[in-house]
Amino acid sequence: MRHAIAQSIGLGRAAMLAVGLLAGLWVANSGLLDQIMVYWDDIAFLSRQHMVLVAASGGAAILVGVPVGIWLSRPSAERYAETVMQVFNIGTTIPTLAVIALSMTILGIGFPPAFFGLFVASLLPIVRNTYAGLLAVPSHLKEAATGMGMTPIQILWQVELPNALYVIFSGIRTALAINVGTTPLAFLIGGGGLGELIFTGIDLMDTGMLLAGAVPTAMLAVLVDFLMGQAQLRLIPKGVNPLR
Amino acid sequence: MIRLEDLTKTFATPNGLVVAADKVNMEVPTGEICILLGPSGCGKTTALKMINRLIAPTSGRILINGEDTSKLNDIELRRNIGYVIQQIGLFPNMTIEENICVVPKLVGWDMKKAKSRAAELLDLVGLDPRHFLRRYPKELSGGQQQRVGVIRALAADPPVMLMDEPFGAIDPINREIIQDEFLKMQAALKKTIMFVSHDIDEAVKMGDKIAIFRAGKIEQYDSPDRILAHPANAFVADFVGADRTLKRLRLVTAEEVARADAASAARSASVADVRQSLASSGERIAVVIDGDHHPVGFVTADELQGASGRIGDFAHPLPASVPVRADLRAVVSEMFAHDTMWLACTDDNGRYAGVVTQPAVTAALRATYGGANAGAA
Ligand SMILES: Nc1ncnc2c1ncn2[C@@H]1O[C@H](COP(=O)(O)OP(=O)(O)O)[C@@H](O)[C@H]1O
Ligand SMILES: [Mg+2]
Repeated sequence: MRHAIAQSIGLGRAAMLAVGLLAGLWVANSGLLDQIMVYWDDIAFLSRQHMVLVAASGGAAILVGVPVGIWLSRPSAERYAETVMQVFNIGTTIPTLAVIALSMTILGIGFPPAFFGLFVASLLPIVRNTYAGLLAVPSHLKEAATGMGMTPIQILWQVELPNALYVIFSGIRTALAINVGTTPLAFLIGGGGLGELIFTGIDLMDTGMLLAGAVPTAMLAVLVDFLMGQAQLRLIPKGVNPLR
Repeated sequence: MIRLEDLTKTFATPNGLVVAADKVNMEVPTGEICILLGPSGCGKTTALKMINRLIAPTSGRILINGEDTSKLNDIELRRNIGYVIQQIGLFPNMTIEENICVVPKLVGWDMKKAKSRAAELLDLVGLDPRHFLRRYPKELSGGQQQRVGVIRALAADPPVMLMDEPFGAIDPINREIIQDEFLKMQAALKKTIMFVSHDIDEAVKMGDKIAIFRAGKIEQYDSPDRILAHPANAFVADFVGADRTLKRLRLVTAEEVARADAASAARSASVADVRQSLASSGERIAVVIDGDHHPVGFVTADELQGASGRIGDFAHPLPASVPVRADLRAVVSEMFAHDTMWLACTDDNGRYAGVVTQPAVTAALRATYGGANAGAA
């Protein structure tokens, strides 16, 4: 089973690489590469902006989402945890574009509303997986830990979090995938990023410009997912890592 | 020493109050194993968990070595009590070494001492430290995990141990092996142990004392032999089973009922001499032993009548022999299997150590039944 998962992940990666390679060949041969490279300076500048947005909003979502998930999973929060999760769940049914538009009405245009919209969109998977992952830690482990004389903080750090880590990581991976996929929309509210090339390219029917935005966006998405996959494989201790 | 005084626990449930422990009074002397035994739901786990305060008592007191535990800090108290649960509860994220070192680390041992302790304990239960220290729990078999669960509780050398059906999750063969290992360790360590079980055979084997619970109350608190021989009421008699007398056979070893001075004769002895000594002692058989003192056969007084020569020429082969350490259940089983009234016993080196007979076995069982009216019997 574990092997099958690892294998299918390996296969998926290989297939993705092959598709990427073919696409690259096609782009290079059709002369599109030259059309794209015209925008090199824009690509460099906007990619940086794009990545700052992803890193800032994704990072903030992790920094807020994990503690909120932990807090909701504590026995003291049991009474409101389910309600809070319901609110979060309803939150995700709102399309990200609407979230971004709404945050613009409050925060105006530019970086802040883009950051905030992306942050909100990434938050839920992290909170939900942290909460669910911690609740799924078998109660007999917590009982054993308590019976051995660990304090609640020690149990959280030494038993609960390590055993929920895989699930939490999966949530972060999902959140970042959503985040990277949504970031091009930031341009619509003046947040900058590679969306500028994509949307302007669409408006001007300029394929080269469009691809100058779309290809790096796609590459960034693949890269982020690849890095998260590697991190999940390598950083999570062997004893609780179904991939190892 | 653990003392429970009027210990009571009631749970408020949607269906009303559940009394899980009802004025429980008992005392476990230092160095003994006390088994809490009873059907599922009778309150064994609740009683146990009140001792390390995983469950707060509704009323009553718990004293460990004379000290009221409600006066102690919960965390400190638990670090001084070894705790083993049925689900074993090894932490999957930690290696075996890290699992064993949890409590030593909590109580502030230095890492070097904790690690050498982990290796020492693994050795003690027959798991090679070189192979197992770095492994994760999921890389161990059920029986191996169970052993690690027990030594993890022993790691910081707590004087008191609480064990909740610790060997419940493994197959019967491994369970017997681990029980034997544990008894051997306990003989050296002399911990004061509260041990929950629902298995009468386990209780009889492991316990110095057994407390039989029903619906939160102790029905009888006694030695295994007295519980089997003199159940206090119909509930206890029913719980220990209709074969309770047979179960008592496990509590006595062959050594305790064997006659070490039963007649024996060397192979080379003369028939006349042996006939003479049998006649004077009134015995009807003699076990024949070889030069190394191993029992090899037997002769009967009848067949020696009027005969002459060496004993070896008249010897019949022994149907079977049993080690003196064997319990009477094994002895009786051998007797039935070979349709014989007596068996020769051997010591650890296989040397002749006496004879155990069926009448001696029944007499041993009767002795405890005699109890109060032993004089009259
Ligand atoms: N936390 C709890 N809340 C309500 N009832 C409980 C709780 N824990 C145990 N009980 C009840 O107390 C009784 C004794 O339970 P327990 O001590 O677990 O029994 P045992 O270990 O002998 O099987 C049972 O009737 C059980 O349903
Ligand atoms: Mg129980």
